[in-house]
Amino acid sequence: MSNILELNHISKMYGGKRALSDVTLTVSPGRIVGLLGSNGSGKSTLMKLAAGLLHPSSGTIQITGKPVGLETKSLVSFMPDRPLTEKWMKVRDAIAYYRDFYADFDEEKAREMLDFMKLAEGDKVRHLSKGMNERLQLTLALSRKARLYLLDEPIGGVDPVARGKILDAIVKFYDEDSSLIISTHLVTDIERIFDEVIFIREGEKVMQEEVETLRLKYGKSVDEMFKEVYAE
Amino acid sequence: MAMEFDNNLPIYLQIMQYIKKQIVTGTLKAGDKIPSVRELAAELQINPNTVQRTFQELEREEVVETKRGLGRYVTSEESKIMTIKKEMAGELLERFLTGMQELGIEEQDIVTIVAEAVAGGQSSQHGNEQGKGGPEHE
Repeated sequence: MSNILELNHISKMYGGKRALSDVTLTVSPGRIVGLLGSNGSGKSTLMKLAAGLLHPSSGTIQITGKPVGLETKSLVSFMPDRPLTEKWMKVRDAIAYYRDFYADFDEEKAREMLDFMKLAEGDKVRHLSKGMNERLQLTLALSRKARLYLLDEPIGGVDPVARGKILDAIVKFYDEDSSLIISTHLVTDIERIFDEVIFIREGEKVMQEEVETLRLKYGKSVDEMFKEVYAE
Repeated sequence: MAMEFDNNLPIYLQIMQYIKKQIVTGTLKAGDKIPSVRELAAELQINPNTVQRTFQELEREEVVETKRGLGRYVTSEESKIMTIKKEMAGELLERFLTGMQELGIEEQDIVTIVAEAVAGGQSSQHGNEQGKGGPEHE
């Protein structure tokens, strides 16, 4: 089976500043991948490139073997670290907005997820707490029928209990034929849901490894490896 | 469900132990249906592929069996369950012995310490506080 995502020698410059440097990686189907790195290491840039929102300065990206472009937009569902919803919206408007915008949006799944997340359709988006807003954004992103889901810091601003709820939702609602890339710098709480992790530092890929292999080979948790890699 | 994972050890091994323990303690009985991959993954908040791997290993060890189209079941062979119990006890014992040997305690002293601890544990259930600390040796 072909890879869901393939990056070949990707570099990305913002003006004179290098955000990503010669990154090559692949993600196979049915995987939950942790994209780990400290702030400013290039995680969001990598996701935006895969989502087709940015163009690489050099290198190629393919989604299920197709070069990133119009055709791959329907294959990729991106949850950005800043909400795409508008301030005037209620939860039901946000759902309608996604349904109108994406042909692959599964409204039934969205309602099931809203229920699970304890979100009411009449809630105003701008009245939601940061944690509840993250739940809404996750609901919107996972309710699309895509092959690749990109979740940029889905547990960024929430407390440990709310984090648990979001992890629950990810495990419960993700589609096994597709792949999921989750960027985060909070490793401990989330490492058990990963198949593999990719470490990036200052725009370079430093490691890609199966998490169970990591534990077996080094007797270390992902969190400990993370602290080692980013120590200096 | 209360299950604390050690993130330094492979998770699938920890879930295997967890399920085996449920079987030998009778929480899961011979022939019982076990949860689906999805259910257990959601319950434990872990990766479904990790659960899948756990089940594959348990099948390989013939602790669980798949009935086509019906799901996975605990083995119906009581003798197999006894074997698991012996294995788990054996592993515990081995770890204990290694620990005691590392402390430099002689074999016959280990036997004495265990015997006294067991006796002490029984009598303290009746309210007596004795046999604490074990024997002192030069």
